[in-house]
Amino acid sequence: MIAIVDYGMGNLKSVLNAFLYCGANAVITNDKNDLEKATHIIIPGVGAFEKCVTNLKQLDTFSTLEYQVKVEKKPTLGICVGLQMMATLGHENGLNNGLNWLESEVVKIESDEDNLKVPNIGWNETSIIQNDHFVLKGIKNAQDFYYVHSYYMKCKNESDIAMNYKYGNLEITAAIAFQNIFATQFHPEKSQDNGLKLIDNFIKWNP
Amino acid sequence: MSKKRLIPKLLLHSNAKGTNLNLVITKKYTDIIEVGSPVSMAKIYQAQGADELIFTNIDTKITDLKILADIIEKVSEEIFMPITVGGGVKNISDFRLLLNSGADKISINTIALTNPELISESAELFGAQCVVVSIDYKVDEDGNYWVYSNGGQTQTKFNPIEWAIECEKLGAGEILLSNIDNDGMRNGLNNEINKLVSTSIKIPVIASGGCSLPSHFIDGFKNTEIEAIAAGTFFALKDQSFQQIRSHIKNAGIDIRIYS
Repeated sequence: MIAIVDYGMGNLKSVLNAFLYCGANAVITNDKNDLEKATHIIIPGVGAFEKCVTNLKQLDTFSTLEYQVKVEKKPTLGICVGLQMMATLGHENGLNNGLNWLESEVVKIESDEDNLKVPNIGWNETSIIQNDHFVLKGIKNAQDFYYVHSYYMKCKNESDIAMNYKYGNLEITAAIAFQNIFATQFHPEKSQDNGLKLIDNFIKWNP
Repeated sequence: MSKKRLIPKLLLHSNAKGTNLNLVITKKYTDIIEVGSPVSMAKIYQAQGADELIFTNIDTKITDLKILADIIEKVSEEIFMPITVGGGVKNISDFRLLLNSGADKISINTIALTNPELISESAELFGAQCVVVSIDYKVDEDGNYWVYSNGGQTQTKFNPIEWAIECEKLGAGEILLSNIDNDGMRNGLNNEINKLVSTSIKIPVIASGGCSLPSHFIDGFKNTEIEAIAAGTFFALKDQSFQQIRSHIKNAGIDIRIYS
């Protein structure tokens, strides 16, 4: 079973629908038993960094979740703010602590270039850096994925970056991968065939 | 920059019995022509590689948005691209209802003009990316632009440029800018106003109203800073597929997704 963690933020339905469409047995839950039974964990996220982190940490089952991800090392997929929350620090609405699962900071998309639209809403050609990652199997380099964000993750250790894309003159982290965790800044559940392929791979991932 | 987006606009109006919402197209927001089922059409658009979909309930008789939410629920089971929904949204609980049904973004129009605080309130709760302010406008005989509310029926005192700037300040994530005069008329976009609005704000602008030829799309993308073009009549009635229109736009040197 795949547990999509419900902490009161964002549209979980489309994430659920995408997993069901790929044939997975997925549920939206924050139940302790479900998290313990789950083979895979999904941490979605839409909204402001600080509010997402606070809501997630306030769950009665947060310690169970952290145990399943960090100690049991279940394959875990973060999506959008679900990726960002894994950072050490976030710069949205002041400086806030993240989950600190990966040494990194979440910073605003800013550039001296004129007319760089923020939030970035839309399809961007995305480069694959970790070519041999299981979750990216069968996805060609430079495919389009759908993004909606104003902030992005800067990793201390560049080898944690699995995908990136160019926005103006910025290099934006599109996905991170380390140990049992894969997380995307884009929305695989909104990225049509390429996104569904990534989800299908993730369901089969057994790191 | 992100790639430029092509967005089919699915307008919904109730059938004679008022029991269901049908897909329609309009001319100048008045002549309503029924074209079929929104769910089937959404699937066709997905197969053709649309970048996003916009669903708008244009029936003012529909006050209970449950009927709209039901359609979005069906759509989101099979459609894996961003979905914007609006038409009759009045408060935060309407936002919640439609988001829980599978919408990614909510568009508001009349209520944003009468209760601008809803823009800030919803942006704070759901994130700016979720709040699309839809701005309908007409040009008067002297060439002045006016924002209209109530589905194009009521002239307001607002100028579309000033109103778009205000919406950005209030926290909107995107502007859907629609020309009532050109709606369904197939005479091209109004790129004068598209340019003025898109260069006055940092948030993305989706322009709409009047597209019927590849050159209309190309002119819009080349001559303004708009990020996307939405069209109803063009996508619903043209035999020309997305692949063809995309190839025209791409070959004009515009960065657009080629569906592969």
